[in-house]
Amino acid sequence: MPTQPPAPAGASTLRVEALGDRALLVILGKGIDPGVNDQVHKLAALLRERRLPGVHDLVPAYATIAVHYDPAVWSGGKVPPHEALRREILRLWKSAGSAPLPNPRLVEIPVCYGGAFGPDLAEVAALCALSEEEVITRHTAVSYRVYMIGFSPGFAYLGGLDATIAAPRRATPRTAVPAGSVGIAGMQTGIYPLASPGGWQIIGRTPEHLFLPAQEHPCLLNPGDRLRFVPIDAEAFQACAVEGP
Amino acid sequence: MSLRVESFGLLTTLQDLGRRGFQHLGVGPGGAMDEVSHRLANLLLGNPAHAPTMEMTLTGSNLLFETESLITLCGADLSPKIEDQPVPLWRPVLVRAGARLKFGRPVQGVRCYLAVEGGFRIPSVMGSASTHLSAGFGGFQGRALKIGDRLETGPCPGDRYPTLRQRFHQGQRPFLGPGWFAPWSRELDFIQPATLRFTTGPQWPLLTGESRQSLLETVFKVAPNSNRMGIRMQGPRLSLEQPLEMISSGVATGTLQLPPDGSLILLMADRQTTGGYPRLGEVASVDLPKAAQLRPGETMRFSTVSLEEAQELLLRREERFRDLEQILADQQTR
Repeated sequence: MPTQPPAPAGASTLRVEALGDRALLVILGKGIDPGVNDQVHKLAALLRERRLPGVHDLVPAYATIAVHYDPAVWSGGKVPPHEALRREILRLWKSAGSAPLPNPRLVEIPVCYGGAFGPDLAEVAALCALSEEEVITRHTAVSYRVYMIGFSPGFAYLGGLDATIAAPRRATPRTAVPAGSVGIAGMQTGIYPLASPGGWQIIGRTPEHLFLPAQEHPCLLNPGDRLRFVPIDAEAFQACAVEGP
Repeated sequence: MSLRVESFGLLTTLQDLGRRGFQHLGVGPGGAMDEVSHRLANLLLGNPAHAPTMEMTLTGSNLLFETESLITLCGADLSPKIEDQPVPLWRPVLVRAGARLKFGRPVQGVRCYLAVEGGFRIPSVMGSASTHLSAGFGGFQGRALKIGDRLETGPCPGDRYPTLRQRFHQGQRPFLGPGWFAPWSRELDFIQPATLRFTTGPQWPLLTGESRQSLLETVFKVAPNSNRMGIRMQGPRLSLEQPLEMISSGVATGTLQLPPDGSLILLMADRQTTGGYPRLGEVASVDLPKAAQLRPGETMRFSTVSLEEAQELLLRREERFRDLEQILADQQTR
């Protein structure tokens, strides 16, 4: 849900810079802004659909798209490969006109809050001067935007956390956080797709697998998705976990 | 065809040309650190360029060949020997069943690539056989190789280098290679300090004048905590005119990042897909294999290159690979 009107089609703010000799960086704006991020996912969807020759990876982030390509495929013309691809991207963006954004998917993530699954829920509640139930209510009340995926396989950068439940990172990071752990760090909330060390306040855990490398679609979440956390109890967690992928 | 791992190497993994099409899900490209040596090793055996090879780091893994094999070693010279006789690099080598390949002192470079005719039979995960060490998938069970691992190789036509094979079968030697070798010195010179050419990035102009000068005039050392994710530099601390808060954005293999501590990091094969540090530029793709072959304490210097020239260098390298492929195709039937 954009809080700002989307930029006009063919926005003059679009810039394409080199990201070395095998990638370009398409820049659609600055900062963390839902309107800019909408444009990022719109252009990323368009570029993906057009299957530009030699382009093998499109990496949308908050305000940019990295376009990884093979320069040999874009060589042989009047202009160097980076310029040929840059022109094609600009042309596509202009021709996109006022085409609507692709509808974001809404993904529901079941979370068992507190207890052994969310060892820091009590501390977060205390830090925010709220009851544990109120923290859960506020964490599950909103839908989050998957601005981008990065850092590690399947790790989603979510936007939309209720500021009243923002809590600082733990003073000492944990050496091991189980896969599926749901945490808060400042104004960020997120899910650990894989077991790893981590400093976020862990308030719950999902039985869902966020990253399964052997699957055709290895990630549960895609950049541009919307996400909602749904509270479940320990029994439902076990049932879901047993069911497996 | 099969072989068995008989000793621990420092880090021996299976790698190919890396994973494509999954960076938007946070899965980095991975793949061989030194793409040139990996590709040459495969090329010499007539394998496709993306066939997995074994990447050995500084200390090799000793291997027992359970069946007769046609192999190639390219990249770092880690003193490979079979029955105490040195095994030459950069050429096809026929190895007798039961022969043991052992490694000794690292003479030059860091990463040695072993290719076998037919390639290692390894399931591809997300389109690649590369080992993703941090997430534990791909390659051999998602991990580095260890003692006792047994690797199967794909079917071998057995008709490559018929003259060499004939000589090999007439004799008793444990291995045999031809007198020629693949030309590699134009792509990898192992000279120090290595010169890494880079195209300047968006935060390059934001460096202090002194830092820009340091970057271009100082010889940097490879820090001991360098790995497949990135090469960390020891050298003068670099700083921006003003601290810069950045949001995460896509990065590339070759990106030169400047974290707040002022020590440069050159992102390599196992890099993350996105990063939030200032970007001073990207090392030209053709110079990355040189960087991959520098060991901790070894040195490099930086110079700028235009984007046009960096791409031109890459296209010319691809031409040389194509030419070599043609020459080898003729050679193999001889």
